[in-house]
Amino acid sequence: MWQWFYKLGSPRHFYEMTTGFVPWLARATFLLLAIGLVWGLGFAPPDYQMGDNYRIIYIHVPTASGAIWIYAMMAVMAAMHMIWNIKVADMVAKSCALIGASFCAVALVTGAFWGKPTWGTYWIWDAKLTATLILFFVYVGVMALRSAFDSETAASKAASVLTLVGVVNLPIIYYAAYWWNTLHQRSSELGVRDASANPPEIWIPAVFSGFGLIGLIFVIIILHTRNEILLRERRAQWVQELVQQETGNA
Amino acid sequence: MSRVALGLGASLRATLRRELQLAISSPGKIVNPLMFFVIASSLFPLSGRLDIDVLGSIAPGIIWVTALLAVMLSMESLFRSDYDDGSLEQLLLSPQPLYFHVLIKVLGHWLVTGLPLVVVAPLLGLLLNLPAQGYVPLLIGLVLGTPTLSLIAAIGTALTVALARSGVLLAVLVLPLSIPVLVFGAGVVDTALNGLPVAGVIALLAALLVLALSFAPLAIVAALRINVQ
Repeated sequence: MWQWFYKLGSPRHFYEMTTGFVPWLARATFLLLAIGLVWGLGFAPPDYQMGDNYRIIYIHVPTASGAIWIYAMMAVMAAMHMIWNIKVADMVAKSCALIGASFCAVALVTGAFWGKPTWGTYWIWDAKLTATLILFFVYVGVMALRSAFDSETAASKAASVLTLVGVVNLPIIYYAAYWWNTLHQRSSELGVRDASANPPEIWIPAVFSGFGLIGLIFVIIILHTRNEILLRERRAQWVQELVQQETGNA
Repeated sequence: MSRVALGLGASLRATLRRELQLAISSPGKIVNPLMFFVIASSLFPLSGRLDIDVLGSIAPGIIWVTALLAVMLSMESLFRSDYDDGSLEQLLLSPQPLYFHVLIKVLGHWLVTGLPLVVVAPLLGLLLNLPAQGYVPLLIGLVLGTPTLSLIAAIGTALTVALARSGVLLAVLVLPLSIPVLVFGAGVVDTALNGLPVAGVIALLAALLVLALSFAPLAIVAALRINVQ
């Protein structure tokens, strides 16, 4: 177990271990997303109040909650990078910032499209909306700080420190936003606990698209990290051999 | 050469005295953030024909936002000159715990930049038609809130100290993290203007200060160690 964990921390082993794994993960993700979205957007019955408008949840809810969990993962990676100086952890954290910011943006935009017909406005200074917007700002700050340094080492350490500061701060920001204003509805938990709230034809596609988007997060993070490994280790012998092998075959 | 062994207390006093002397020797360090605070606040009434009551109701927000910006801008110089002349390196090499040194440095900086803002704030309240019952909560809030803002901004300053031009980047890093202080700080005044008890919100601001006092120095020290090698 520990052996495996240590190996994953080495860029070369991370690269080699994910080579065989990532195509399968990508296929599974595609399948889940295809089922979830086609079923959810095309065949699930319309809501009796919101009509077809509710269908945004198949994207909006997973991206919004994904954006928060990605931050948690980024923070764990940042801590691992600070404590044990694991390079791969930092590369994963870098990918997390990018995809986390994207997920925030998608959640905000889809939420705006949903809000206009339902609440009558694209934007309102409600707690959940505000907190998501601020989370987006924090992601942007982490990325901006990283890109401001010339030295790769300083950039990665500085981004890690800022990420960890954000961990302390984000719960407070969420609390402050809630104290300040609240309009957003609470989660209906997909009606899993209360079957009368949502029929299975509505929540089953949501489960598919939810897991599909989780898969998508990992596919993108792994692919991005693999690129980063090749870029940072470009002077290493194994990367040069790999490149020769690839170009030789082509 | 004889080495003088300094106790922690003595060295902290020396650091504080140095900060204050540096500030007094260049008064711009004290005056400029203050002038920024006054000028930026007075831009709001000029930017539109605001109803005098509307102005009074948004006065707490205006004062808090401009105070936040003034603190942040004044913070840019906190470690800059020490970094340029190498004394930051000496500080990092000193045998004393860095945690307290950094804390006392930020405190010294707050005394010359943050505290004057608190003193001038009632004048801005007057200009912005802040209702009478808002002054005391505004002052209490600023006294508790501006040190927190200084500590948060110091994290950003420490992270960017090695970068040549960090002004806008500093804002991008620091402003999102300062939002809770802004919400509760302006919230104290708002609560008072609505005639509600303010003790709870003040307690939250104080809690944020305690949190920042305990954790911010750790982040600042880590950030300085990254930038000074």
